[in-house]
Amino acid sequence: MKKIAIQPKELVASSRTSGFREVVSLYTEGEAIKEAKRCLQCKDPVCIAGCPVGIDIKKFIAQIVKRDYESAYFTIREQNNFPSICGRVCPAEYQCRKACVMTKKGLPFASENAINIHFLERFAGDYGMSSCGNPKSEFGNRIENRKVAVVGSGPAGLCCAGELARAGVKVVVFEALHKYGGVLRYGIPPFRMPGDVLDFEIDYLKKLGVALAPNLIIGKTKSLAELFNEGFSAIFLGLGAGTPLFLGISGENLCNVYSANEFLTRVNLMGAYKFPKYHTPINVGKNIMIIGGGNTAMDAARVALRLQKISKIKPNTSIFYRRTENEMPARRLEIEHAKEEGIKFEFLVQPVELIGDKDGYVKKIKCLRCKLGEPDQSGRRRPVTIKGSEFETTSDEAVIAVGLRANQVLTKAVPDLKVDKWGDIEVEPETMETSIKNVYAGGDIIGGEGTVIEAMGMAKRAAKAIIGKF
Amino acid sequence: MKIINKQVLTEAEGVRTTKIEVESPLIAEKARPGQFVILMVSEEGERIPLTVVSAKRDMGTITLIFQEVGFTTKLLGKLNTGDSLYALTGPMGHATEIKNYGKVILIGGGVGIAEIYPITKALKEAGNSLAVIIGARTKKLLILEKELKETANEFYVTTDDGSYGRKGFVTDVLKELLAYNLKLKAYSLIYAVGPIPMMKKVSHVSRDFNIKTLVSLNSLMVDATGMCGGCRVNIKGKAKFTCMDGPEFDAHDVDWEGLEKRSKIYSDKEKHICKLYNL
Repeated sequence: MKKIAIQPKELVASSRTSGFREVVSLYTEGEAIKEAKRCLQCKDPVCIAGCPVGIDIKKFIAQIVKRDYESAYFTIREQNNFPSICGRVCPAEYQCRKACVMTKKGLPFASENAINIHFLERFAGDYGMSSCGNPKSEFGNRIENRKVAVVGSGPAGLCCAGELARAGVKVVVFEALHKYGGVLRYGIPPFRMPGDVLDFEIDYLKKLGVALAPNLIIGKTKSLAELFNEGFSAIFLGLGAGTPLFLGISGENLCNVYSANEFLTRVNLMGAYKFPKYHTPINVGKNIMIIGGGNTAMDAARVALRLQKISKIKPNTSIFYRRTENEMPARRLEIEHAKEEGIKFEFLVQPVELIGDKDGYVKKIKCLRCKLGEPDQSGRRRPVTIKGSEFETTSDEAVIAVGLRANQVLTKAVPDLKVDKWGDIEVEPETMETSIKNVYAGGDIIGGEGTVIEAMGMAKRAAKAIIGKF
Repeated sequence: MKIINKQVLTEAEGVRTTKIEVESPLIAEKARPGQFVILMVSEEGERIPLTVVSAKRDMGTITLIFQEVGFTTKLLGKLNTGDSLYALTGPMGHATEIKNYGKVILIGGGVGIAEIYPITKALKEAGNSLAVIIGARTKKLLILEKELKETANEFYVTTDDGSYGRKGFVTDVLKELLAYNLKLKAYSLIYAVGPIPMMKKVSHVSRDFNIKTLVSLNSLMVDATGMCGGCRVNIKGKAKFTCMDGPEFDAHDVDWEGLEKRSKIYSDKEKHICKLYNL
């Protein structure tokens, strides 16, 4: 008989929403071993092909079974610089777990019974965090007297920096903000990505010899040409998809209408949930509506509900999405967590106008109902609005989470850098080199919002190409 | 990010206007008139934008002038020479297009007087003839009078209470200047920085005379790198980001009502936190 998958403990929904503590607990040693033992150790481990960076999943799981956690940790690290981060935010149900033989063929995402590879990865990663704080010595040829500039300290930038540093290359990471981590810091809330995990991974990079420079905007404070003049032999651009999209409907500039990026940045990066100890304010409505269906929408909703609780407002936060739950791009786990916490879901609705009061604050949202039509380019069925289905709903705060596009601070300052019609940088897919020689790019600045691990995959390709030229 | 010089320029009606010179060689090297920096006083602090009033490249310093009216500016005013800012980034935003426009009117209201100063200097050097109008509620709130007077070809001062210069608003002088020069079409550009109601009024006046008018907006910002959109303002019906697309916009395209409302969105919280910290 098949053993059932082991789920890690979680904080109870009613208590976890009164703060920003991490929701999913770490596997206990016993749980990890039990789960690891469920792995069939397939002769042909298809899960590895499901991982964008090709972690030797079979091997590290076997090492957990043998209680050799340190080896498991370094097995993951061979391919993935940030096990504790990916173990938390990877959409494993669409990747390795979907590829796992225990997932029934043809499902859109992993079966519940698929091995919880991500939880095991986090177990090994967090073990490493507490017990293997120093990088393992590296072998092979060390590259001396070369330095590379990395622009942006998000997943792509940090990963590229790590890969290069491991090979002996001197790396300086330039970050526009005052804290490192990019979207992992400003975007993902601490209840999913605790700050100390990020701090650990960044410290680890420092131990590898990576230097970090905050408050420095390449394209404004310094130009690419200046970096080359300073002796950097290559530059990697991990700029991120930093600019929020709006709906383009009337009323979007009303007060208390936030982009998800602003809403989350105020809370996660600036600490608005600790106002007035932290000085950045945020307004908390009685009836908060989040528009969108991705992970960002789930994060914004769960943050909003927590803010309501902290502000002693009766929690009332809803997600409005124009398709149905099945088409939601968010991780299944996050949708479940949002539901448990009391977030309301309205499917097949599309806001068409935000209506304000005389002081300019949003008060109502006018929507149309939708039905699903033919599949679009993404393969998901397109929402089609239904004529005459218009209705109004009360809302005193709206958060727009309908996607991001490329941040153009740098690309606009460098006309030679080729971008596509969306403002994404064009690269050679093999090497990630841009239209400017020795300038590489990766992460969300290529192809928009991807996952952390996809960004890492690109960063690694770029690092390999950079090293290959030395 | 060390403050190497601090000077209280004026203090009146409980409002201090303060000038600081901050070490920042990279920003000093790059800053052009019209650009701003974003700064944090402490790790717990807000990120606020301030215009770069001047930059000394040889010294590697920039000068900032601010009115201690909000929580963070009051906190900034508590820092002294030798103290360091927690974070300082820039220069942000587009620089002003400096060229010979011919005759230009520059208008500064309150702390906005500091913001027109670098533009005035640069435009003068580019060969423009300048009419400068500065105004404040009362005499004691006026700053940089001497410096601007030296640069200007024509110079006017107004105070709301009549304690100095002409009693009334900067727009009173503007109207007269424009009416007087109506037939000559003498002025090709108006550049105004000040409180939103002032810039809005300037815009209304100059629109009637059909003269291009630039304003530099001071919207609420968080990252100031185009990431959050908190500083968005309706320009000709389209949302533009002040941090990336601005801070200068054509005054006649700005949705002033929307901007004014959005600028007050945290005023309750501001009062609360000021009281809590005794500021």
